[in-house]
Amino acid sequence: MNAAVPPASLRAGPDANGHFGAFGGRYVAETLMPLILDLDAHYRAAKADPAFKAEFDDLLTHYVGRPSPLYFAARLTEELGGAKIYLKRDELNHTGAHKINNCIGQILLARRMGKTRIIAETGAGQHGVATATVAARFGLPCVIYMGARDIARQAPNVFRMKLLGAEVRAVESGSRTLKDAMNEALRDWVTNVHDTFYIIGTAAGPHPYPELVRDFQSVIGTEARAQILDREGRLPDLLVAAIGGGSNAIGLFHPFLDDASVRMVGVEASGHGLDTDAHAASLAGGRPGVLHGNKTMLLQDEDGQITEAHSISAGLDYPGIGPEHAWLHSIGRVEYQSATDAEALEAFKLLCRVEGIIPALEPSHALAAIMRMAPTMAGDQLIVANLCGRGDKDIFTVAEALGVAL
Amino acid sequence: MTAHDLAASPDRLSARFAACRAEGRAALVTFVTAGDPDAATSAAILAALPAAGADIIELGMPFTDPMADGPAIQAGNLRALGEGMRLRDLIAMVAAFRKADTTTPIVLMGYFNPILAYGCARFATDARAAGIDGVIVVDLPPEEADELLPDLGASGMHLIRLATPTTDTARLPRVLEGASGFLYYVAVAGVTGANAATAGDIAAAVARLKAATDLPIAVGFGVRTPEQAGAIAAHADAVVVGSAIVDIIGAGAAARVNDIPARVAAFVAGLAAAVRNRQSYAA
Repeated sequence: MNAAVPPASLRAGPDANGHFGAFGGRYVAETLMPLILDLDAHYRAAKADPAFKAEFDDLLTHYVGRPSPLYFAARLTEELGGAKIYLKRDELNHTGAHKINNCIGQILLARRMGKTRIIAETGAGQHGVATATVAARFGLPCVIYMGARDIARQAPNVFRMKLLGAEVRAVESGSRTLKDAMNEALRDWVTNVHDTFYIIGTAAGPHPYPELVRDFQSVIGTEARAQILDREGRLPDLLVAAIGGGSNAIGLFHPFLDDASVRMVGVEASGHGLDTDAHAASLAGGRPGVLHGNKTMLLQDEDGQITEAHSISAGLDYPGIGPEHAWLHSIGRVEYQSATDAEALEAFKLLCRVEGIIPALEPSHALAAIMRMAPTMAGDQLIVANLCGRGDKDIFTVAEALGVAL
Repeated sequence: MTAHDLAASPDRLSARFAACRAEGRAALVTFVTAGDPDAATSAAILAALPAAGADIIELGMPFTDPMADGPAIQAGNLRALGEGMRLRDLIAMVAAFRKADTTTPIVLMGYFNPILAYGCARFATDARAAGIDGVIVVDLPPEEADELLPDLGASGMHLIRLATPTTDTARLPRVLEGASGFLYYVAVAGVTGANAATAGDIAAAVARLKAATDLPIAVGFGVRTPEQAGAIAAHADAVVVGSAIVDIIGAGAAARVNDIPARVAAFVAGLAAAVRNRQSYAA
């Protein structure tokens, strides 16, 4: 594989064929290629259309509740004894996570393309809930594919999706988690290309999905950049976000990529530990490969068979990662660390205790990395972390992990 | 690679298509997954296919995430992987087959990641040396094919391209660029084992493809019965049957019977008879 040549701006990617350095691309069945190319053309047109942006912004303001606050976590800062910690409160969005930002953008695109049926995959259920929400808001029928194992551990979100009018289809193939739900959604799409729009939930998949999901989620970083400049009069020293597919992280990082003084840390889920088979850290433990329409870093065996990921957080339980992260990792612009199930649980409990905020297990991984890093930093340094989801959905999982019977 | 390069090396695919054309009929292409339900049975099935009437063998490369396949072939992939079938074992299986059969073309079908993990250049060399004639990579559209095409060309293997009901006239030249061996027409927008297209739709699609290329046209997806195979054989250069055969293997494996190769051969013989009873469109 050739080494990536960074363009003048790190925000310029991908190229016209969807490549971020050696990653990305369009690895899909021929049946889907014409549709992918059509989606790309429609997205270019939408991106250049002020009316599209105006409608997107209006819905984010009045339906989602943006901008989300940038909150100075004074007690957490005091507890950890180091850098000042700000939390970007995307868990306060309508539906309780950052996923809705992307869903609003994609359903507007679906409507623009004249598509009349929505499908999506979901892991933790947050993207499924967000998709069901926008489908209800726009009056389109919606089918959500969800691994049977995830359905068992995310019952509240399954019920939410049904209340919102979505049909939730259990996926029994493979590891019965997010990757299998994505396989099944792709099978549906290839069968119903004529009328169906596939709302992919993370910054991965065939081009232009990684780009358009990133663009829709970049509202997080754009707001955070203006908010921290307003509050502190300068850019932060460190950005931290959890990484599954990586949409909340790329949304926070992307507007800062050309700010050389800003260090960025993405936090993968290392499950039971990187030295075990039970983790979801595709950068730390994976190799380049092709799955779900893009070339990226994947957990796989030496024969190229995809191995199962593990994380206590269903939303991080995926054996791949968005291609832009794979590229940012390869050029060293973003640093990637990991946090175990146990470390995420400790961070979860800490935020509940000192800030009165119940975080989702996904951003609890970012908080776990902050617990390591903040104490090593000076008191005048600034950290911005993305609190990308609220933890109501996770209380059953956490109770089980803590040995509490509800 | 050029047609001249291919002509310089023994090309089983063009020879087989020419032979079928001389008989005034379409070719029968049969799909099975390598290693399904286990290595020994799979090798026996492979050996039995030509005598049963398969003109070309399409051999599935097992993958954990077969996104374009329906339940039958997904299950076949999992059975093969469960028995430990790897790409190197598949290549060795074909090399063993070639000791007894030097003429039946074998085309691999599967997904890109196992090839990428094996190494594109090494794959092209080893597969060709084993007597594999071409490869269909479902998730490698022309836009990404440069990663594999030069290596296949250097070793003399065909990269078989796919056209689908969504491949319109504007896109078709892109699909045909660098295509060789034959063109695989996916008759329905969907996964393998889905519902069949109508003979009328297939006839129109094949005519459209014939206007754009001299490559033989093979039609697959949704072809389950001898009647369907015979009907398509009247319009195409080849008919591909996959899921229906894999279902027989799956049912046999579930019932733990020991005559799966004979059951497959009997079914394939029925398909072959139906194909042989029809005049091909190309003749």
